[in-house]
Amino acid sequence: MNLKKLFDGRRLVIGVPFVWLILFFLLPFAIVLKISFTLADVAIPPYTEILTYADQQLDIALNFGNYLMFTEDTLYLDAYLGSLKIATVSTLACLLIGYPMAYAIARARKDLQTVLLLLIMMPTWTAILIRVYAWMGLLSTNGLINEFLMGIGLIDTPLRLLNTNFAVYLGIVYSYLPFMILPLFANLVKHDLTLLEAAADLGASRFTSFWRITVPLSKNGIIAGCMLVFIPAVGEFVIPELLGGPETLMIGRVLWQEFFNNRDWPVASALAVVMLLILIIPIVLFNKNQAKEMEGKL
Amino acid sequence: MKVFGKTLLALSLAGAFAGHAIADNKVLHVYNWSDYIAEDTIAEFEKETGIKVVYDVYDSNEVLEAKLLAGKSGYDVVVPSNSFLAKQIKAGVYQKLDKSKLPNWKNLDPQLMKTLEVSDPGNEYAIPYLWGTIGIGYNPDKVKAALGDNAPVDSWDLVFKPENISKLKSCGVALLDSPTEIIPAGLHYLGYKPDSQDTKELKAAQDLFMQIRPSITYFHSSKYISDLANGNICVAVGYSGDIAQAKARAEEAQNGVTVKYNIPKEGAGTFFDTMAIPRDSENPEGAHAFINFIMKPEVIAKISDYVQYPNGNKEATALVSEEVRNDPGIYPTEEIMAKLYAFPDLPAKVQRAMTRSWTTIKSGK
Repeated sequence: MNLKKLFDGRRLVIGVPFVWLILFFLLPFAIVLKISFTLADVAIPPYTEILTYADQQLDIALNFGNYLMFTEDTLYLDAYLGSLKIATVSTLACLLIGYPMAYAIARARKDLQTVLLLLIMMPTWTAILIRVYAWMGLLSTNGLINEFLMGIGLIDTPLRLLNTNFAVYLGIVYSYLPFMILPLFANLVKHDLTLLEAAADLGASRFTSFWRITVPLSKNGIIAGCMLVFIPAVGEFVIPELLGGPETLMIGRVLWQEFFNNRDWPVASALAVVMLLILIIPIVLFNKNQAKEMEGKL
Repeated sequence: MKVFGKTLLALSLAGAFAGHAIADNKVLHVYNWSDYIAEDTIAEFEKETGIKVVYDVYDSNEVLEAKLLAGKSGYDVVVPSNSFLAKQIKAGVYQKLDKSKLPNWKNLDPQLMKTLEVSDPGNEYAIPYLWGTIGIGYNPDKVKAALGDNAPVDSWDLVFKPENISKLKSCGVALLDSPTEIIPAGLHYLGYKPDSQDTKELKAAQDLFMQIRPSITYFHSSKYISDLANGNICVAVGYSGDIAQAKARAEEAQNGVTVKYNIPKEGAGTFFDTMAIPRDSENPEGAHAFINFIMKPEVIAKISDYVQYPNGNKEATALVSEEVRNDPGIYPTEEIMAKLYAFPDLPAKVQRAMTRSWTTIKSGK
């Protein structure tokens, strides 16, 4: 194979995403996977080497203890389940709020659509940390919400809003809502409206035609939006750290503890590997599903 | 393609040279705790030496340690607490101090240096910067309203007796979120050694915290400063200087809130923050100059005045303002001094057990 053939345009275009994937996903993952099979040590970096070569002898030391530890203490399972629960509930809430918004934007006048989309995206121009801090100001004991409620005489003592699971849900839904709306909009705006007219002509109510035509057609938008919210929400650290209370148990927090409090990079890495596996399964399923659909269309 | 490759190579080389140029002797990277230096210290140092300081801050030992252990932190002077220092020295993070470049070494308090030898045998790697205690900060008016005139504000009973703390719940109680600094307080209160590694004793301490857990508003290592000052909470177990800052902020705001700090009569934990130079520092010359500058009595006295923590410099004590020097919450009396204990360097297993225990205390799981 000569060089010209190797670097022709087509290969290059296909190659870019692969290089990207190898450099920014597979390589870092390989490093994390490697650390997850080592032992914590007092050294720089703070773990043992897997491969050591001494006296013409190559030693391979793989430590599976980090993974076994997860079965010994229910803390890890509880934290995974806690994360999955918070991510699932937040994703559903995002879908319930985001779908009507995306639908309304998709059916709005063309010139209005740009403005509405801009409004959806505008909050994301401010750093996430600052927006979460703003919520802390709103939710705290003498924050705006409590002061307003007490001012109109609805409550006498301030409600405990900050440092609760409720605040975590609120923060996640607020932060990730645009990621639900945008793919849904992209899907809904392409729908052929004559299908709905045909359904109406055949006597379907507006709800029936929505439920049996629009929703099934927007399936891919729903899945894409849900994944964009669910996946980062599972590993979310900043929002539960700032808005959550001591009872908010999420895997990001446990990972932080292993890494920083216990100086145990191997266990922290093993936790990250398990988390990745939990997340990769739904992605693989989705990809398979999409591939099948593509084949069906061809 | 070829042209592009060459440009890229040239660019990366240029980048490498530029990176090197910055790392000369005229720039010093200092990594210190937040709010832990006087306003003019850095400017004075720059004026005196002509070295430009890039000053960066952190708010936990863990964050500092993670950077140091990853290697090539890029910092020339860092400020670890003594309980973290020992392991970091063992891991080979630091370089030995060149005492010939530190003529101000003579000003350090020899008694404190001896205490520090627990973490740094022979005092080879670090100098004491500031130190402090972990005690009880409180709002006298609110505590009096909840517990009456005889509230045990000078004793750990205030926090560890369920009948006391349950009455303080409504006005707010905060605890440091730092297992290795707060669990020893529980152990000590129960009559065990604060550095106990006995599983049964650790379990007893966990039970003690579980009993008072329902009355604790939150666990955090810095939020209590503003909350005490605003009157959002009435009791905080926290760092002495931080509570002094809360007191100062409340006075500034003139919001009617008063804040006091007591080292409980049973004794309390002390931390020593030290200055050390990472092994891979690119400007050890400047780092030594900086540490020597900090050891000048007039410099460190100003820092103590500003941040309200005592320092490890014997010659500086007389230069610290009377208000700070005579405050027993900042400079403890001899009697209290005898009851203070330092946080030891714990084996990884005990550390893990404490972290786990803390998770149980915080989340109930």
